[in-house]
Amino acid sequence: MDISSTVFLLIGSFLCISGGVGVLRFPDFYTRMHAVGVTETLATAMILIGLMLLNPAGLVLLKLIIILLMTLFISPTASHALASAAIQNNLVPELDENEDNEKVTSSNP
Amino acid sequence: MLIAATIAILVVMIMAMIRAFIGPTLYDRILAVNMFGTKTVLLISLLGFLMGRPEFLDIAIVYALINFISVIGVLHYSDSSIFKRSDTQKNNEQ
Repeated sequence: MDISSTVFLLIGSFLCISGGVGVLRFPDFYTRMHAVGVTETLATAMILIGLMLLNPAGLVLLKLIIILLMTLFISPTASHALASAAIQNNLVPELDENEDNEKVTSSNP
Repeated sequence: MLIAATIAILVVMIMAMIRAFIGPTLYDRILAVNMFGTKTVLLISLLGFLMGRPEFLDIAIVYALINFISVIGVLHYSDSSIFKRSDTQKNNEQ
């Protein structure tokens, strides 16, 4: 049980750090949003499962499950709201040098 | 191993703060603040287990809700002129 908790915490820490490096180094807002999405769902789930495997009492386990479910519902909702606000205010993604920018900005809902 | 995960999350929080300070657009700052809040929830949970007081998880639940409401509350004003002005500055730079 302890070894599995260690493995889950290590995977979560690695995903957190990779997401942080991606937030610093990716060139565009939308690619940074991809990096943040990785850290906010998968790394959070891994670290919380690693805490669950530390064999806590019943109420603490219930609170950890509540935090995991709330994070899995809340952070994609916030990311969706942020991305839709960005693309409605004409924040253009960085694309290749062909003329795809016009298609992206004109296909707003 | 809890200490290693706590240090990793602190490093990621510092990275998110750097992106929040140097972010070119307003959306980068909001994204970095959202990431910072989620990492704060994880940090509070880990510190509760590290100090042997798992009652901190209540604070983590409340902080997750506050984080979500703050992001949605800022994006409620995304029709205002501040958002448009930052985007036109970004497009003029390009």
